[in-house]
Amino acid sequence: MAKTIEEINEKIKSRKVVVLNAEEIIDYVKEKGIKKAAKEVDVVTTATFGPMCSSGAFINFGHPDPPIKMTKVWLNDVPAYTGIAAVDVYIGAAELSETEGMNYGGAYVIEDLILGKPVKLRATAYGTDCYPRREIETYITRDTINQAYLFNPRNAYQNYAVATNSSNRTIYTYMGKLLPNFGNATYCSAGQLSPLLNDPYYRTIGIGTRIFFGGSQGYVSWYGTQHNPGKERLPNGTPCGPAGSLALIGNLKEMSPQYLKACTFHLYGVTIFMGIGIPIPVIDEEMVEFVKIKDEDIYTEIFDYSVQRRNKPSYGKVNYKQLRSGKIKINGKFVQTGSISSYSRALEISNTLKKEIENGKFYLTASVAPLPLEEKYSSLDILSKEEL
Amino acid sequence: MIKRKLVLSFPENIVTKPITYKLVKEFNLEFNILRAEITPNMEGKMLIELRGDKAQIDQAIEYLTDTGVSVQEAAKDIIIDKNQCVDCGICTSLCITQALTLDHKSFKLKFNKDECILCELCLDCCPVSAIKVHI
Repeated sequence: MAKTIEEINEKIKSRKVVVLNAEEIIDYVKEKGIKKAAKEVDVVTTATFGPMCSSGAFINFGHPDPPIKMTKVWLNDVPAYTGIAAVDVYIGAAELSETEGMNYGGAYVIEDLILGKPVKLRATAYGTDCYPRREIETYITRDTINQAYLFNPRNAYQNYAVATNSSNRTIYTYMGKLLPNFGNATYCSAGQLSPLLNDPYYRTIGIGTRIFFGGSQGYVSWYGTQHNPGKERLPNGTPCGPAGSLALIGNLKEMSPQYLKACTFHLYGVTIFMGIGIPIPVIDEEMVEFVKIKDEDIYTEIFDYSVQRRNKPSYGKVNYKQLRSGKIKINGKFVQTGSISSYSRALEISNTLKKEIENGKFYLTASVAPLPLEEKYSSLDILSKEEL
Repeated sequence: MIKRKLVLSFPENIVTKPITYKLVKEFNLEFNILRAEITPNMEGKMLIELRGDKAQIDQAIEYLTDTGVSVQEAAKDIIIDKNQCVDCGICTSLCITQALTLDHKSFKLKFNKDECILCELCLDCCPVSAIKVHI
């Protein structure tokens, strides 16, 4: 018996909806079976809370008098991109401060705006007849600006690699600090809680899907950059490494510091922990097969990050149960593991979203268009025009 | 019988003295050197665990201080700022003694100070600067 989104929304309206998080559904299915789960459970909430560099915010400041067409913009000394209209900018999470380097950056500006803190705006311009002003220095807050929305080109990656280091020196990467001689290994996925691992073929998550986004209600606006659905998959549908990804959009002014956090990876740079929750409607039995996925069914590959090349040597595959146990075997030797994304925060988000649905504060949407299941994944080669 | 973990700092002029030997001989203490290093300018630093009679440990500390060794309580040195920590667990992969672990049920960070040997490998790994040294 198939269920429609409309039927589920009717149940939300009458407070009769049955929602489980992506962890609870595992035991539920084990106990009651696929058929019963498909009939009785309406929604499974998935979530993730991890650093996602491909994030940033569009902001419109409003016009000063006399007006300015900004050509260079800094927010708390962090450059923002302004090659769009006069007082529109995009501030990228990974942009570094020109005065504080890696100690501050775009992610921190976004966090400060969410916290309601004053942010110094400095801009210069060449001046035109319609926009005569050539410089401005002022302060803004979340409440003084017009629109401010996060538009993150690549979030919620469907699985990610494990990083380790075979060299004889400590290296500092976007996967964290990696000790020499396989001293540790780091990974970054919510595993069994992760949105796209619970809907591996994007049957319900698509363009237009309403999501929990940094504490606000946001939307999937497109498939993410580097979306690579063609990655090798297991029979259960899950890819063995980074595959699909999502471009997400949501109102910065409605976000909460609990579900989004600026951070710095030492000697790598600034990035942002994004908290994302996605409800999966249990439309049929096939969907139950997907959402019952558990950590031991999801595999990823170990790579040597000391090799500074696009293709790194592999040290085999492991599953998330092994990774979460705190140690894995590499070359027959035990290596301690650590997660970069927070499972505890992901669990919290899946429960927050569950409550919002149960309390009638969050309704599900059918997607407007599906995410592609075929997409080219290209590398950047250095070519002359003739070689193209 | 009690146990105390201390950080001993030796200035250059006493770095060659057999101080730990005295701790055994004079004060009947058991010790375990968890870490020791001599910096290029000849200052020594040692993380030591002492086990013995409380009065004798106190006397030993008095002796150390009189000799010119600076004595610090070790367990107080690493601080986890719970307001900053997001419980990711990246630090647990670097913690050799597993003083830092994620709780198996809640997946929240646990810090067992007794296991910490102050190697400080975790210090520059925390993306939200939640790990600090308290001096």
